Amino acid sequence: MQIKTLEDMQTAKKLGLAQLYPDKPKILVGMATCGLAAGAQKVFDLFQRKAQHEHWDGVVEKTGCIGFCYKEPLVDFILPDKPRLTYEQVTPDVAEELWSEISAGKIPEKHFLARLDIDDPILDGGPRKLYKGKLKGFLAKAPRYEDLDFFKLQRHLAMRNCGFVDPDNILHYIARGGYFALYKALTEMAPEEVIEAVTVAGLRGRGGGGFPTGVKWASCRKAQGWPKYVLCNADEGDPGAYMDRSLIEGDPHAILEGMLIGAYAIGSSEGYVYVRAEYPLAVKTLQRSILAAREAGLLGENIFGTGFSFDIKLNLGGGAFVCGESTALMASIEGKPGEPRAKYVHTVDKGLWNRPSNLNNVETWANVPLIIAKGADWYRDIGTEGSKGTKIFSLVGQVKNVGLVEVPMGISIKDMVNLIGGGVPETKEFKAIQIGGPSGGCIPRELWDLPIDFDSLWDAGAIMGSGGMIVMDDSTCMVDVAKFFLDFLIDESCGKCIPCRLGLKRMREILEEFSTGKGTVADLDELQSLAEAVKDGSLCALGGSAPNPVLSTLRYFREEYEAHVLRRKCPAAVCKELITYSINQELCNGCTACVQECPQGAITGEKKKPHQLNAALCIKCGACHEVCKFKAVEVF
Amino acid sequence: MITFTIDGKEVQGQEDWTVLDVAKWHGIDIPTLCYHPAVEPYGACRLCVVEVDDGRRSRVVISCMYPIREGIKVLTDTPRINNVRRWIVQLLLDESPASPKMQELATKFGVTPSRFKKAGVDFACHLCGLCVRACHEVVGAQALTFGNRGLRKEITSPFHTGSKECLSCGTCLYVCPTGAMEQLFDKVGA
Repeated sequence: MQIKTLEDMQTAKKLGLAQLYPDKPKILVGMATCGLAAGAQKVFDLFQRKAQHEHWDGVVEKTGCIGFCYKEPLVDFILPDKPRLTYEQVTPDVAEELWSEISAGKIPEKHFLARLDIDDPILDGGPRKLYKGKLKGFLAKAPRYEDLDFFKLQRHLAMRNCGFVDPDNILHYIARGGYFALYKALTEMAPEEVIEAVTVAGLRGRGGGGFPTGVKWASCRKAQGWPKYVLCNADEGDPGAYMDRSLIEGDPHAILEGMLIGAYAIGSSEGYVYVRAEYPLAVKTLQRSILAAREAGLLGENIFGTGFSFDIKLNLGGGAFVCGESTALMASIEGKPGEPRAKYVHTVDKGLWNRPSNLNNVETWANVPLIIAKGADWYRDIGTEGSKGTKIFSLVGQVKNVGLVEVPMGISIKDMVNLIGGGVPETKEFKAIQIGGPSGGCIPRELWDLPIDFDSLWDAGAIMGSGGMIVMDDSTCMVDVAKFFLDFLIDESCGKCIPCRLGLKRMREILEEFSTGKGTVADLDELQSLAEAVKDGSLCALGGSAPNPVLSTLRYFREEYEAHVLRRKCPAAVCKELITYSINQELCNGCTACVQECPQGAITGEKKKPHQLNAALCIKCGACHEVCKFKAVEVF
Repeated sequence: MITFTIDGKEVQGQEDWTVLDVAKWHGIDIPTLCYHPAVEPYGACRLCVVEVDDGRRSRVVISCMYPIREGIKVLTDTPRINNVRRWIVQLLLDESPASPKMQELATKFGVTPSRFKKAGVDFACHLCGLCVRACHEVVGAQALTFGNRGLRKEITSPFHTGSKECLSCGTCLYVCPTGAMEQLFDKVGA
């Protein structure tokens, strides 16, 4: 079906709504990569097979990730005139149980996660209550989404459709208000008005730098040269971060619509999505959504009959982390090695093939339709003074609730860790949070009232980055953390400029000395001055921010460095060369658990008599320490 | 003509000049390594860094690529700049302690080989890319290229096979600042 007019859009919307909320039961399986990794495909197949075999009058569909990655596989039941019911950790066995109840018209109570009373598609017409009257029995007592600590502070704007629509179904997207913002922009707004709206809304680039999006668009519109390109950076590569992947897998059309609006504003007719090749599902989802949008006439020539034409090509990433840097990304699209170049002439003036190019991140693009549909003032009300809107974070590390979190800018680190993350495990204590990917910084407990926004993080020595958050507890050694991130960056450095190629290697060598007890106090200053030289001297943002893990840990955890250097001790008991294990003869009750666990046979002893540890054989693996229930294995 | 200052001294340059062009014209010394007037600047060695205050903020840029703008204030001798330069010379000196070019720079910056210096390598390639650019831009042959990335980055022939494009003209040997090309030459040519 070709969509040309507003009536066509309304027809598509009606069709989509009938599919989203059918008058028969619907089973929705979360099938983004996080779901699939937990076994969602088997669950989906099982439901589909059962439905077919038993001639069940209902629908089985897939959807994206709503963020509860630690509860996957997630299954939703959408029953007519009932709240939407979400079930957690639905393995095939659990699915079997759920099926027997749901197909018999009952509501399962096991593995229940939460109910959703009100669906707010945000773009379209406001919240919709999913049932009439009062809830009874189990449902009345069942927790709501907003009762869950993980969900309380969240506000899903960019993720508005993730977990609600089938990403491969363009009608679902239209039914929730999708492509209406594009229609509005093309028919009611001049390109300058679109740029004005994005500028007033205060949207800042979500890829890391936080550059004002509207300002970038305005310079690209003004730039001389033709054709102009609109690019989407989907080359997400931070270890442990996957916001962009989830957005693409859950709601690809939001990104396409954002790019279309951007292209109209800038005056471009050609776009590229540069997507990480190691995201096979995201690549396929994008391919399918581009085809679907083309078929619907929403990509291609003369969109909505307005004379505006725009098409998008997909470019698979070159497999290097640095290709996420704008100039390296453009070189890679051109078929050259992914190496950055100096940006003294901005890419909005001379970017891809030396033409004006506007590059924004996946999440930035997904925010654009919101601003156009709801207005700049609506968007401005969310977030803090300098950072508007919401940001998606991938919260990982030593917290109970691991997953994707979309919150308004400005919430505190404490709320993020303790409330949303559910805190660090009971026996441990929060030590630091690493924000902003490998080149971000570590923020200590003293600063955990810090609001999370672009400027506060920058002042604290971290960066927003793409939004990776790794929570660390007191069993983490900060020297070791700095080593870990440097290893990653050394591996991913393109090698073009000397500060990054050789400077990072030297920093790593100095850290190695620290963790093996060879460092001196003078080396601490040397490390600091080298880190600053690399920060100042490097060519691109990778090298420029690469010293952040070192600089921020030196700033906030200097005592820990000094312990390594002055006392030759690792307080967190991580650096093997600096620690020794011993058995406290008074606490050891001779249970032999450690004797059996030790891979080296370094521990000897008889039952019910204190054991002995032979330090010469010990490889300091810590297995005895972990297995001992009586705290008799001590580390110094 | 564009007017601005270098170290407080008023200087002028033409529209498409870089800070380094103007500095050279006025006899202001800025050390360089991967720069050569015969080829396009590449920005790899970072030795020619200067601090530029454009009225909004002050930042460290490379003078060989930074286009001059009216009214900017360029500083060539600040603690930040010297820290970057000193470390670059230190890192390169440790890579190839016997290289005459590096020794010359080391003397100038008062740098001596550190405990991390490499043993047994006299003429390490610094990947300044002069050979690649000269082969491409001056000779027009494209017999040389970069291979790999990061610490494994290397000068090689395309696809690591002896290049038929190589004319054995010796331009790469001539421009190589460290002498490393002498050892690479046979591997690269056909």
